[in-house]
Amino acid sequence: MSAHTTHAGSTSTAQPHVDEHFSHHVRRYLFVFYALLFGTLITVGASYIPFGNREINIAVALAIAIAKASLVACYFMHLISERKMIYGILGFTAFFFIGLMFLTLWSFSDNPHNTITH
Amino acid sequence: MEIPYTVQPRPDTGLYNAKVGIWLFLASEVMLFGALFSSYILLRVGAPEGYWPHGWLNVPVGTCNTLVLITSSITTVMAWASLKMNQFNRFKFYHACTICLALAFVCIKSYEYHDKFTHYEIILNNGHILDGHLRESTPDHVVISGHAVEDPKELYDLHAVKNPPKHEEITVLRSDIKKMERYGPWHNTYLAIYFTLTGLHALHVIGGALVIGFLWGPGSKLWHTDPERFTNRIEISGLFWHFVDLVWIFLFPVLYLL
Repeated sequence: MSAHTTHAGSTSTAQPHVDEHFSHHVRRYLFVFYALLFGTLITVGASYIPFGNREINIAVALAIAIAKASLVACYFMHLISERKMIYGILGFTAFFFIGLMFLTLWSFSDNPHNTITH
Repeated sequence: MEIPYTVQPRPDTGLYNAKVGIWLFLASEVMLFGALFSSYILLRVGAPEGYWPHGWLNVPVGTCNTLVLITSSITTVMAWASLKMNQFNRFKFYHACTICLALAFVCIKSYEYHDKFTHYEIILNNGHILDGHLRESTPDHVVISGHAVEDPKELYDLHAVKNPPKHEEITVLRSDIKKMERYGPWHNTYLAIYFTLTGLHALHVIGGALVIGFLWGPGSKLWHTDPERFTNRIEISGLFWHFVDLVWIFLFPVLYLL
């Protein structure tokens, strides 16, 4: 089958419109791809810049990672235009994930550096 | 018996069933990796000052693997878009690229693991420490390519070492060795969480590659009988693959750079 052969049973008069629609999507995917490559290089570059203390370096690296992850989730995983059901599932996931991280942060007060011993 | 809603959306969810299924699965995966990230944070914060390793992993190699995985993400989404545009041969090409990139990722990761498993810290009977890669091992002696360590703390923050020590071949008699340990997951908590996180991630890469490989090979016959259902399968496997990429986007800076 050639690259442009239309599959038997799936031809329709709407196909040129579909192709145009997805060509637009493909351009968007390529843009996201370049942004992800750029983001990776920025992440590596920023890790070599001394911002004063390590906490700022961590914050910068995580901010870039969140931006990259958002691009993947929104465009490659199509979350930017998904059904309510999926948003519902992810809402619950976010709630429990944030809860887990909150518990982790809460436990900092009990780490060996801060524990008071008599 | 016909499986319902493999192509047509269910009236109540507005989605075909596999899509709801994969998102529920990915939600459980978020919690799995979330728990491990939480463990990483606790181990790192709980480590004594100056004893959390920095610079132990090869940044150019990690960057290369990140670029490989990002590229595999674009080939995956392009494979799906090709099917949507009725271009089966293009789909085949893009997914062949995805499989090759997945294999490249696993090969690079194996190289990194091999580097760690041949790296040893040797404590001698006189208290001196040697650090380096094993070159030769016999019943009475070992040869490493490495250096003598003045202060054990200098092994932890390699970024802070102003003048990196010169590596040379050192022969050590086994009778002089008190303890000899490779940089495996048992070496310290950093390597334990590093191997756990990256090992679990690598298993996901291998699992995803197997599914994509099946859909590229024998599974692609479905395209000729039920193209829409096949396209949906590619979308589902793609969602999993993007999730694997998404996890790596966080693993890379956390383990390699910070």
